Amino acid sequence: MTSTQPRTAGPTEPVKPGTTARRLRSGHGDRGGSLAFRWLATGAGILILLILAAVAVFLVQRAWPALTADPSELSDAISWFPEDTSLLGFVGPLIFGTLLAAAVSLLLATPIAIGIALFTSHYAPRRLASALGYVVDLLAAIPSVVYGLWGGLVLSPIVQPVWEFLGTYLGWIPFFGGVVSPTGRVMMTVAVVLAVMILPIITAICREVFLQTPRLHEEAALALGATQWEVVRMAVLPFARSGIVSAAMLGLGRALGETMAVLMILSPGFLYSFQLLAAGQQQTIAANIAAQFPEANQTGVATLIATGLALFIITLAVNMAARAIVARRKDFSGAN
Amino acid sequence: MAQRIDVKDLNIYYGAFKAVEDVNMTIEPRSVTAFIGPSGCGKSTFLRTLNRMHEVIPGARVEGTVAVEGVDLYGAEIDPVAVRRQVGMVFQRPNPFPTMSIAENVLAGVRLNNRRISKGDANDLVEASLRGANLWNEVKDRLDRPGSGLSGGQQQRLCIARAIAVKPQVLLMDEPCSALDPISTLAIEDLIAELKSEYTIVIVTHNMQQAARVSERTAFFNIAGTGQPGKLIEIDDTATMFSSPKEQATEDYISGRFG
Repeated sequence: MTSTQPRTAGPTEPVKPGTTARRLRSGHGDRGGSLAFRWLATGAGILILLILAAVAVFLVQRAWPALTADPSELSDAISWFPEDTSLLGFVGPLIFGTLLAAAVSLLLATPIAIGIALFTSHYAPRRLASALGYVVDLLAAIPSVVYGLWGGLVLSPIVQPVWEFLGTYLGWIPFFGGVVSPTGRVMMTVAVVLAVMILPIITAICREVFLQTPRLHEEAALALGATQWEVVRMAVLPFARSGIVSAAMLGLGRALGETMAVLMILSPGFLYSFQLLAAGQQQTIAANIAAQFPEANQTGVATLIATGLALFIITLAVNMAARAIVARRKDFSGAN
Repeated sequence: MAQRIDVKDLNIYYGAFKAVEDVNMTIEPRSVTAFIGPSGCGKSTFLRTLNRMHEVIPGARVEGTVAVEGVDLYGAEIDPVAVRRQVGMVFQRPNPFPTMSIAENVLAGVRLNNRRISKGDANDLVEASLRGANLWNEVKDRLDRPGSGLSGGQQQRLCIARAIAVKPQVLLMDEPCSALDPISTLAIEDLIAELKSEYTIVIVTHNMQQAARVSERTAFFNIAGTGQPGKLIEIDDTATMFSSPKEQATEDYISGRFG
């Protein structure tokens, strides 16, 4: 204590000059590891970007020989590459088939998933709801090879008469047109299996989103004299809109990339065809890669990787489109 | 359209737990009745039995009768959804539907009853309801903007507009001002004073000055201890309740000696 220190009244300790400033300054640097955690989190964020970039670089680099090659070179070097077709002409039907499979399966799965999720979150007694949730989650644990076996050996013969019926009576709808395959190994069967495969993830996310509907909004609807269904329509579904889109996009991502199930069920073809019940019409990118890769030569591998690049770009584009849809009505999302 | 409510021997349960015991009271039409009492005494629970909102909680049930103009709301053939269309409710925290515009919020209840309302009628109703809730001048230029963009007080008045748009017979308010600042509270209280000429209003409040300002009748609820059921201690004219209550417990609560 120096002599210049003014005496303070009472028994309290006199405060040294600069003490407050010292206390307020962050003297400890990294207290509780907050700085370390910050870098860890930032690092994780950067890592995912790096991985994405690495995948893109790999795809472009390996596909480069095929991308720059002359179409005639490709058909000379690769046994399964069609004559007089550019690379784009080869990838086109595959992109079409991939999108068709994913879209039809999403169309089948989303309404059912929303229904299951609504049932478990808003209608079912609690015990039944948790049991049902468990069963649906279990579907996600089945390997896709098993789905493929089941789809090809069990489901195809079972649904074939149904497809026959659709083809006979609803054949005027382009999707059900053409000669119905006698084996049932067609795009429609693939879409059904894919729908079962993407059902768990869509259901699980929708259920979580529905459960997060603010109680306040549900009560507001109830107090206006809404029935349970009207509560769902007024409060739950609008609130969950962006969550449902996100869930569907995750499901779509899986459907776009699914390989084994498609490979083991579908009788492939390379046409721009909407005929879901006819054999030898479409093929997906992933299944085509799996089918051709084992016996592909160097140029063949490059071509297959080029189709993989197309799949990568499609997936990115679909996800960005979905984000744009969600963002368009941001003001009304309930997040503000 | 305002109607009298008679409550007889009402017991309210959450599962096996008796939350409110033996309530008897008459709520007069075209007046404001305030419920006061300490937290957890069952006044909000009781309020929610008046439009059968209580029973949306699993396991909740009631014994006794709540009669609106002689019709028991808990009668066997009564549809709780229909009850809630006749007895409107405003909640503690403003809860406009965030995915709807201001105009859609006002029309939300009407659309449930009558989907095919003409555009002209809808616009008239939106204006009338928002004027009724003293909100029209503040929002008339942005009816298509989301309701969640308004201030807390405006949102609460929007909720009142939504409740009165369906022309209910009774309006229940569960601490409608507890999340609002004094200016917004004043706006709501003025609104209550106007609305009581047309509606039977029941308001739960923790603010005793508010009860004294807005209500004709005041009911005091109390609870003997944790785990005990809440009880209606006393109901009387507000002036009497705040000057010379009959019960000692009421006197203690109002004068701030406990609770």
